[in-house]
Amino acid sequence: MELTTVWFVLIAVLWTGYLVLEGFDFGVGMLLGILPKKGDKERERRVMINTIGPVWDGNEVWLLTAGGATFAAFPEWYATLFSGFYLPLFLILLALIVRVCAFEWRGKINDARWRAWADRALIFGSWLPSVLWGVAFANIVRGVELDADHQYVGGFFALLNPFALLGGVVTTLIFLTHGAIFLALKSDGDIRRRAGDFAARSSVATLVAAGAWAIWLQLAYADAAWTWAAVAVAAVALVLVVLAARARREGQAFVASAVAIVAAVVLIFGSLFPDVMPAFDAANSLTVDNAASTDYTLTVMTWVAVILTPIVLLYQGWTYWVFRKRLTTEHIPAHTGLTFRRDEPAAVAGASSGEGSGTIKE
Amino acid sequence: MDALDLARWQFGITTVYHFIFVPLTIGLSPLVAIMQTLWYRTGNERWLRLTKFFGKLLLINFAIGVATGIVQEFQFGMAWSEYSRFVGDVFGAPLAMEALAAFFVESTFLGLWIFGWDRLPKKIHLACIWAVALATNLSAFFILAANSWMQHPVGVEYNFETGRAEMNDIGAVLTNPTVLAAFPHTITAALLTAGTFVAGIAAWWMVKKVRSGDTATARDVYRPAVILGLVAMLVGGAGVAVSGDQQAKLMFEQQPAKMAAAEGLCESTDGASFSILAIGDLTNDCDGVRHLIEIPGLTSFLATNDFDAPIRGVDELQDYYAQWIRDWEEANGVEATFDDDTRFYPNLAITYWSFRLMIGFGIGSAALSLAALWLLRKKGTVTDKQWFGTLGVAAIATPFLASAFGWIFTEMGRQPWVVAPNPDPSGVDGVWLLTARGVSVVTSPATILISLIGFTLLYGVLAVVWYRLMHRYAVEGVAESEKDPSPEARAAAGRDGSDDDSTLSFAY
Repeated sequence: MELTTVWFVLIAVLWTGYLVLEGFDFGVGMLLGILPKKGDKERERRVMINTIGPVWDGNEVWLLTAGGATFAAFPEWYATLFSGFYLPLFLILLALIVRVCAFEWRGKINDARWRAWADRALIFGSWLPSVLWGVAFANIVRGVELDADHQYVGGFFALLNPFALLGGVVTTLIFLTHGAIFLALKSDGDIRRRAGDFAARSSVATLVAAGAWAIWLQLAYADAAWTWAAVAVAAVALVLVVLAARARREGQAFVASAVAIVAAVVLIFGSLFPDVMPAFDAANSLTVDNAASTDYTLTVMTWVAVILTPIVLLYQGWTYWVFRKRLTTEHIPAHTGLTFRRDEPAAVAGASSGEGSGTIKE
Repeated sequence: MDALDLARWQFGITTVYHFIFVPLTIGLSPLVAIMQTLWYRTGNERWLRLTKFFGKLLLINFAIGVATGIVQEFQFGMAWSEYSRFVGDVFGAPLAMEALAAFFVESTFLGLWIFGWDRLPKKIHLACIWAVALATNLSAFFILAANSWMQHPVGVEYNFETGRAEMNDIGAVLTNPTVLAAFPHTITAALLTAGTFVAGIAAWWMVKKVRSGDTATARDVYRPAVILGLVAMLVGGAGVAVSGDQQAKLMFEQQPAKMAAAEGLCESTDGASFSILAIGDLTNDCDGVRHLIEIPGLTSFLATNDFDAPIRGVDELQDYYAQWIRDWEEANGVEATFDDDTRFYPNLAITYWSFRLMIGFGIGSAALSLAALWLLRKKGTVTDKQWFGTLGVAAIATPFLASAFGWIFTEMGRQPWVVAPNPDPSGVDGVWLLTARGVSVVTSPATILISLIGFTLLYGVLAVVWYRLMHRYAVEGVAESEKDPSPEARAAAGRDGSDDDSTLSFAY
């Protein structure tokens, strides 16, 4: 296999890792505004946040790696894509910044208003990228207006076409369902039941929207017939998600929704190849050949990736094993955050807000 | 302002801002790892209390460093697409390596450390914070290798067909003499930053505890922290000075215009003086510079270890670069990249002052370390001198400022180049790029202005929140006691280590 093909596949693998992993933590983040029930809202939110607490940061690094690998292996693709999609990427960055800070800082101050702000950041920071990644990938696969220098000259509003907007709906629905299933798999009690109910319903909408989008993609933008196989796998997987979610088989449902995401990436990258960014005028398209680094650079990076990626998978897998236990509201300790006013005992603030937890520690 | 100016302001603001948090993360993670190691080895609860205390400050800081770091990787493509096209073949490699080798370790093991206190055996949990500490430092190496390549491009050749720099030797990129000096300079500066942070906060607390009559806590908890911070400051400070001298010598060779501008040296001179104070007029060019206080021969000595050595001034270097680049372009039939107005040396005032402010703030921590060495020289002593506590707090900001000015110096000093051409012996013909030619061509000034305003406002708000959190947790002080949360301790207390009904020892 040509090295450029190897790197095309590797970048697809990195995006798969990102979308499968961060997909469910985006989903849990979006559901923060939907699932928790009045009365026990704060403790349920904390259960949700803590199911992804130890892993969201590692999940996000798949994005940084995909970005860095694109820069190293296909500099022209990186340059055209990032400068052309400037505003959507700027919005994604804003969302990710507030999201990262909110995760780590939310519990640091024991105050209901403080937490409300952190929750807004987590919810906004999960919705916006979920929508925008779909819009971005749909535009890439649909083709964009590139000039002879491979510069994107279509402008921002051209990115908001029907196919791309449906793509945004699809990623959002997939992540919502994937996140609800993950939450059901990792929690117990009332929140687990409601997450399961949500997945049972959202999986149907996901199947309809994603199925329609995949067929549209295949009919309108795919050159090869073999990607029908990816459409079929995605469809079967999404049907299995519906069935497993309705039967509350959480493990099977999670595997099925992960397979659906993998199939979606295969469909997207499969219909791109050998382009990396097709242009409306095919003569201007960026391809695995004209966008790639030199063979020397690709060889070096292949060694690095081949050695390190399995190690990364090993220790990230181990993390999921360490934190395999289901969480319930009973596991959530009292707030340990301080208050900005030093004379105000932390425990009192938690109790007076009416949403502190059962066990009150110092 | 045009897209170039806006893109430069955005890069400057987001990068200097990012680097407020980075040195503290790089330096503090090994110090927290050392504290936890001391707890593991001695079983002394004071080290657990200190680990938890400084660990919280580390985590508050870590988050914003990670968050603002994502911008850095995206920004090259977003605002500097032509730079990315020119250098991607070589510059992308260390960035991808950083993500694969360092970011994954850092993020994964930080999660394990934060949430693993009661799940992982003590030894494994300790290994997690060490993995984080090593990964943050490894990450610094890769990103500095990338930056050093912009200062001193090696391991590449120029491809006339594509007009791009192409890598031919990854070993040369990773062992660039520039990164071998910049890496120790940066991590020892980070150690100095974190050492000052730990010693400063602990000094303030020690004085406060002694004055409130709690001499025991001052002696048993805060004094050891001051000493640990002090050791880090001394190691870091010495390392910064030695590696900085090394860097300066390299820079005189690789980027003579940067160093000439840093000295406000306009005319080439034998035995060039080191300027302590110079003033310039508002034109900010050579005719307006007046040197008021100087040390004779010192600049020559710093550059070459010889007080009488000749140093080229910016006037000579201007002609040198213009001729060299033009000759090369003409000889190779390459389209001219500059006109007669192009200045081949950086802004004199910014380079001159940022260099001095870097050094000046860098020795700011020295006052604290000297005071601490003197006051705490006898075993087990503590002090109630208020000025010592005040000095501790005041010293904390100085290494942060020194780092910021260091980056402003080295990046502004590289102008007008984004990839600097190096004179013989190590320069690679053709592998250079004017900053003006690196900016994205399809992003409008309005687009960059939107993101510049957006980032600046958000960063401003986050800086206030970060400061209030750091301040609040610092003035809370070390907890009066910490329970050993490890599975071993719970097993010893007669409870099953895998008890499903127990609450988590830590949760967000």
